[in-house]
Amino acid sequence: MSWLEKIVPSIVRSDRNRRNNIPEGLWRKCPKCETVLYRPELEKSHNVCPKCDHHMRLTARKRLGMFLDEDGRTELFSEIEPVDRLKFKDSKKYKDRLAAAQRDTEEKDALIVMRGTVQGVEVVACSFEFNFMGGSMGSVVGQRFVKAAELALAEGIPFICFSASGGARMQEALFSLMQMARTSAALEKLKQAGIPYISVLTDPVYGGVSASLAMLGDLNVAEPFALCGFAGPRVIEQTVREKLPEGFQRSEFLLDHGTVDMIIHRHELRERLSSILRKLTAMPAN
Amino acid sequence: MNPNYLDFEQPIAELEAKIDELRLVGNDNELNISEEISRLQGKSLKLMEDIFSNLTPAQVVQLSRHPQRPYTLDYVEHIFTDFDELHGDRNFADDAALVGGIARLDDKPVMIIGHQKGRSVKEKVRRNFGMPRPEGYRKACRLMEMAERFKMPILTFIDTPGAYPGIDAEERGQSEAIAYNLAVMSRLQTPIISTVIGEGGSGGALAIGVCDELIMLKNSIYSVISPEGCASILWKSADRANDAAEAMGVTAGRLHELGLVDRLIEEPLGGAHRNAEKVAADLKLQLLETLDRLSGLSKEQLVERRYERLMSYYAGNPELGNW
Repeated sequence: MSWLEKIVPSIVRSDRNRRNNIPEGLWRKCPKCETVLYRPELEKSHNVCPKCDHHMRLTARKRLGMFLDEDGRTELFSEIEPVDRLKFKDSKKYKDRLAAAQRDTEEKDALIVMRGTVQGVEVVACSFEFNFMGGSMGSVVGQRFVKAAELALAEGIPFICFSASGGARMQEALFSLMQMARTSAALEKLKQAGIPYISVLTDPVYGGVSASLAMLGDLNVAEPFALCGFAGPRVIEQTVREKLPEGFQRSEFLLDHGTVDMIIHRHELRERLSSILRKLTAMPAN
Repeated sequence: MNPNYLDFEQPIAELEAKIDELRLVGNDNELNISEEISRLQGKSLKLMEDIFSNLTPAQVVQLSRHPQRPYTLDYVEHIFTDFDELHGDRNFADDAALVGGIARLDDKPVMIIGHQKGRSVKEKVRRNFGMPRPEGYRKACRLMEMAERFKMPILTFIDTPGAYPGIDAEERGQSEAIAYNLAVMSRLQTPIISTVIGEGGSGGALAIGVCDELIMLKNSIYSVISPEGCASILWKSADRANDAAEAMGVTAGRLHELGLVDRLIEEPLGGAHRNAEKVAADLKLQLLETLDRLSGLSKEQLVERRYERLMSYYAGNPELGNW
C-alpha cells in the first residue's frame, strides 16, 4: 500500500484486489452471469454455472475424468517431457516458464492422453490443459497427440480430442509450427483407415491448434458459447478497424457458418458422443 | 533517406549517391576522376560486404520483406515456360493473394502454387498484401489434387505475412481451410517441393508448405508468428521485434542449422532483388536436381518418406530416450 492510500480513509479506498477477494477455494464467480457460486456445488456440475448454464473451463484431468468411464482408464505417453532446445528467452526463460507451469498445474505439458471407454465404447482420448501456458502446442503436445493418433490407428479404435488452446507455442518457434503439420498428417492416416476422429472445441481454441487438429474431425463438436477461430478478436479488430459482431467466433456462430456439426452441453457429452461413435463403428445402440 | 535502400543500407546509399555525383561532374569536366570513382566503388563494395556478411536476424527480416524482392510470379517468369494461371476455388471466389497454375520446368509439366504480393499500391491491395483468405487455400488444394491426378510434381513458393485475419475469412473457415491443406498435402502421391522466397508467415505459409523438400532463399524467413507479434505478446512491446527474431531463430541460416530446412539458395550481395535472374537460375537448378532425386521413389515410398520427415520435426532430446 502506498503512503497516499494509507492516509485515505478506508471507506473511500478502492482496493480492487480486496473487493474481488472471495475466499479462495470456497466460492467462485461465474464469468458470464457474475453469480457467486459455491464451489463444491459447481464442481458437481462439472463447472457449468447452475444459474446461466455457462460452461467454465475444466482442467484436462477433470475433463477426461468426467468423460471416460471410471474403470479401466490409463494415462499414456506421460513420459514425453518438454526440452528447451532453442534455449529460448524472452522477458523470462522458457525453462523457467515451463517449471512454473509444471508447478502450477502439476502437469508436465499441455496435453494429456488416456485410453479408456465411454459408456462401453473403447477410445483414445486427449485433452488440452489450458492452464499450462495457455494450452499452447509445442513439441510435447504434438508428439503426444501423434502417438495417441497412431495408437488409435494401430488398435482401430476411435480418437477424441478436447481442445483448449491459444495456438502454437512461440517459445519453440518453428518446431511448434511443424506440430500443425505433424498432427494433421497423423489424423489423415486415421481418416484413410476409416477410424473416427471427433474434435471437441472447448473454450478457447485459436491459431495453430484451430488451424490443424481441431478442425479435422469427422465431426467437429463444440461446447456452448466456446470461442474458436483462426485469429484472435483483438488482431482482427486491429486489422479491419471495425467492431466485431456480437457473438463473433462463439460456438453458435460456428454452427451458423458450417464450421461445427453440433453444439453439445457438457452434461450430455458422454451420452451423445458414445451414441455417435456406436453408429460410426457399427456397434449396437446402448 | 533513399527509399530504395533499407535503413541499415543507408551508408551504401550515401556512397552510391556520391559516386553518381562524381560521374556527373566527370561528364562535363575534363578532369580525370575515374580513379576516384573506382576507389569509391571499391569502398562501396567493401562496405556492402561488411554489412551483408554480418546481418542481424532483424535485418534479414527486413530484406525478406523488401519492396523490390522478387515475388512468386517473377520466379514463374524466370524459371518456367508455358504458364497457364488457373483461377478460383469453385465455391466462392478467386483469391489473388495466392496464385497457381500449370507450366513447364524445362520439358516437364508441373503445378505451381504460390503466395503473391503486389508491387504498386493498387496491386498490393488487390493481392491483399499476400495474405490469402480461405478461398485461396481451397484453390491451392484443388490444384494440388489435380496435380496428383495428372502426375505433376507440385512446386510451391512461400511468401506471406500470414493468412488474412479478417471477419470474412473467419466466417468462411480460415482455420479449416488451412488444416485441410495440411492433411491433404501429407498424403498426395506426387512430389512436393516448397521454397520460401520471402516471408514464411506461420500457418498461412505452412498451408502450402507440407513437402518432401524445403528450400529457403538465404535472406528469407520462416516463423510461427511474426517477430512483431511475438514481441508484443512476450515482451509486451512490438519494439522488441529484434529480440524476438533472434530468439525464435527465424532466418534461413538458423533454421538450416536446426535441421528444419533442407537447402539454402545463396542470394547476391544486397539481396535477391539485386539480381533476380541469378537467384532464379540457381533455384531452377536446385528444383531440377531435387525433382530428379525424388523421381526415383515409388508413390508409396514418397508418401512414407514425407510422413517420416514430418515426424522428425520436434524439439525433443533423443538422449532422454522419451521420444
